[in-house]
Amino acid sequence: MTHLIAARSQMAMSLAFHILFACVGIAMPLLMIVAEWRYRRTRDEVYLLLARRWAIGAAIMFAVGAVSGTVLSFELGLLWPHFMGWAGAIIGMPFSLEGFAFFTEAIFLGIYMYGWDRVSPRAHLGAGAMVALSGVVSGIFIVIANAWMNTPVGFRLVGGNPVDIDPLATLTNPAALHETVHMTIAAYAATGFVVAGIHAAMWLRDRANLFHRRALAIAFAVGAVAAILQPLSGDASARAVARLQPIKIAAFEGLFVTGPHAPLAIGGIPDVGARRLRYAIELPSMLSIMTYHNPDAVMRGLDSFPENDWPSPLIAVHLAFQIMVGAGFAMAALALWGAWLAWWRRNLFGSVWFMRALALAAPLGLIAVEAGWVVTEVGRQPWIIYGVMRTAQAVTPMPGLYITFPIFSLLYLFLGVTVAFLMWRQVMASPTSAELAALAATEER
Amino acid sequence: MMPFALWFVAGVLIVALTIYVLTGGADYGGGVWDLCAAGPRAQAQRDLIAHAIGPVWEADHVWLILVVVILFDGFPPAFARIMTAMHVPITLMLIGVVLRGSAFSFRSYGLGQDRARREWGRVFSIASLITPILLGIIIGAIASGRIPANPHVLRDFVTPWLTPFCFGVGVFTLAIFAYLAATYATVEAGAVGDPALADDFRRRAIGAALAVGVIAGVVLTLSIHGAPLIWNGLTHRGWTWPIFWLTTIFALAALWALWTRRFALARICAAGQVALILWGWALAQFPYLLEPDLTIFNAAAPVRTLDILALALAAGALLLLPSYRYLLIVFKRDRRAAVAVATPPPRD
Ligand code: HDD
Ligand code: HEM
Ligand code: HEM
Repeated sequence: MTHLIAARSQMAMSLAFHILFACVGIAMPLLMIVAEWRYRRTRDEVYLLLARRWAIGAAIMFAVGAVSGTVLSFELGLLWPHFMGWAGAIIGMPFSLEGFAFFTEAIFLGIYMYGWDRVSPRAHLGAGAMVALSGVVSGIFIVIANAWMNTPVGFRLVGGNPVDIDPLATLTNPAALHETVHMTIAAYAATGFVVAGIHAAMWLRDRANLFHRRALAIAFAVGAVAAILQPLSGDASARAVARLQPIKIAAFEGLFVTGPHAPLAIGGIPDVGARRLRYAIELPSMLSIMTYHNPDAVMRGLDSFPENDWPSPLIAVHLAFQIMVGAGFAMAALALWGAWLAWWRRNLFGSVWFMRALALAAPLGLIAVEAGWVVTEVGRQPWIIYGVMRTAQAVTPMPGLYITFPIFSLLYLFLGVTVAFLMWRQVMASPTSAELAALAATEER
Repeated sequence: MMPFALWFVAGVLIVALTIYVLTGGADYGGGVWDLCAAGPRAQAQRDLIAHAIGPVWEADHVWLILVVVILFDGFPPAFARIMTAMHVPITLMLIGVVLRGSAFSFRSYGLGQDRARREWGRVFSIASLITPILLGIIIGAIASGRIPANPHVLRDFVTPWLTPFCFGVGVFTLAIFAYLAATYATVEAGAVGDPALADDFRRRAIGAALAVGVIAGVVLTLSIHGAPLIWNGLTHRGWTWPIFWLTTIFALAALWALWTRRFALARICAAGQVALILWGWALAQFPYLLEPDLTIFNAAAPVRTLDILALALAAGALLLLPSYRYLLIVFKRDRRAAVAVATPPPRD
């Protein structure tokens, strides 16, 4: 493993781990406060139980999110010191604003978790809302920083160094809007589907269980709205990328040849040596139509760029894109199916097949998120700052990264397994319908 | 003539570090006392600490992130150089941060058997012991002025911090954190109305205070060779003597207050003592961030970046300080009720 590959792998692994917890950190507070709000409105104890159970699960996720995020903020310097020394003054801005969002989040999380009986119901719900809001805001700021790496603005290059730095301009860099919108929706879609899927699986075992029905309804509502919006937002992203980073879209599609009537590829394996995409189903002209609403529009293929600027490994970008889009359409279809059941059949729980599908689809959103980041990040290679600094120039001179990479991987593997085990226990400890009946009985007395 | 924003940003940097040490540091110290819990009230000691840390540690922890962010936004070359040369101890510290934070929450929320929870408790307390030493080693290396600008052989990545002085600062940091935690715990125990428990921590606090004093002497002696700039700064600059005497006064006052069971006063004096130690260090190496060549002036980001960072910090403080205060009021006032509500949150 070369030095650079070790650094890239360690960064990718740390981010891939963190993003799971970040998604939960963005979306789970919303589910919690909806449940708590339903309780305050209806006085139905099941909702309160739900809010508290969700909060305990989320607290574990939050803690792991906080520590893995801390590792990342150091790793930017540990692995890419030249990048940070060069760009720190330009993109420090979103990171510092993010710092305050974290503060707000951690403060109100403490109040939410430990304050059930110490603050008024209103203040408690308000604290939950602050957590939900600051989670979204921290996600937005960090993604703005990432968008800047894709479309760097706010400085002039003189002799290889940045001058006339305008840190505020980084906040409105051209990729910021589509990336933040797409990522925020992704967090709701992914979290909503995981939670709904888990409760669907539990419901299949205990169908009268109100706890799982209510949980599923809330999580599915959030996940479904997001999943229906996501392909629309993704389409906007794709068109923005075609404009801002044309080589990236060629890599997504495995499009080697420049020309009009560019086909949309489904599946397939790019063969860099032969410069063609093998085994793909190609829809003629569709790519030109989707990108420019015109079949005659010329799409730039990889052949119009120097080969040492091609993202590598190309196959990772292409496959990840297929996985994300596939998962996106599958989730949107499920969302529509559920909406149809809820509206026209007036019973979301009317179809066992739907519940089975939902249980199976639980991980789809998280898979799409991971794949989406591979698309964005590997697609940006070989640049760390697109068109300005190559990743190879940014890497630390510190030798021996092939030691730290496996150490962090094992640490995260261990944490991941532990968290999964604790979550599984949480789920298994959820109340059965018999227990809920007993709870209701004590209520009445 | 340097811009106001630079002073402001550098000031916030040191204030944030101070608050991190006073709050987050004490959370680490709590882990140390968890490890050393002993006697008939061992479990009560552990519970008190868990209750004290639970609601606040994530917020306390963010101060560290703020320090990192200000450093790389405001002083990018210093950040890059520290992160390059200190790769090894920082990596080790991060492993400690990860294990400590996650183990604490696994213990607090991980339903189920006591045995697994005890194991997590051990991980939490051992990580709490090691992480502060590593943090101290990093600070020691920064203070020693031996961080190379262009490390290229393996030796350069270990020699700057593999010195008696740096390890001295590491142990000193651990002692300070433990001292703060024990002193705060006397107040917490008093507030829940358990004088015997308060006394346990009073004895620990006094012991830690004496240890801090002794280790401070050792570290100062080591600094003659280990960190000549600091040593010179401390001994040859007019402004450092008042700070030195003030620190001593605070230290003695804290000790006296602990002795006479004036716990609230002891907490203030201990916090003041530790803050003064940090500022003494900062003033001794002023204006250097990294000796021999990086000062807060020549490592600073361009003025426009500093202006905007200063604005962001000020605006953020307006949002943050009232919220942080609210958190502390909710959980640190009227502790009696807090313990009655069993944390981790009721499992219904
Ligand atoms: C639930 C997750 C999810 C789902 C269902 C989708 N995506 Fe996505 N996608 C992401 C999660 C994601 C992401 C992880 O959030 C990314 C990474 C960076 C970003 O901005 O969002 C992303 C990036 C990303 C990019 C690259 C943006 C860039 O590099 O600037 C494009 C072009 C698309 N997506 C397009 C789509 C399309 C056409 C979808 C159709 C269904 C789709 N995505 C579904
Ligand atoms: C797209 C990528 C990312 C998103 C959407 C994201 C979002 C979030 C969110 C919502 C949280 C708070 C929730 C939680 O604690 O689980 C969080 C925590 C954190 N993230 Fe990320 N993050 C991303 C990448 C990064 C990167 C690249 C860094 C570092 C440079 C980082 C640093 C942190 C830190 C330090 C925390 C802990 C804050 C605390 O102590 O509460 N994150 N992230
Ligand atoms: C949390 C979601 C994210 C994931 C899963 C992710 C994934 C990845 C992957 C797979 C790589 C390796 C690419 C390669 O070397 O082939 C990478 C590199 C990198 N990412 Fe991200 N990324 C995320 C968000 C971010 C954000 C928000 C930032 C910065 C603000 C960021 C900064 C970087 C940097 C500095 C590198 C290393 C340099 C490079 O390879 O270009 N990432 N990331």
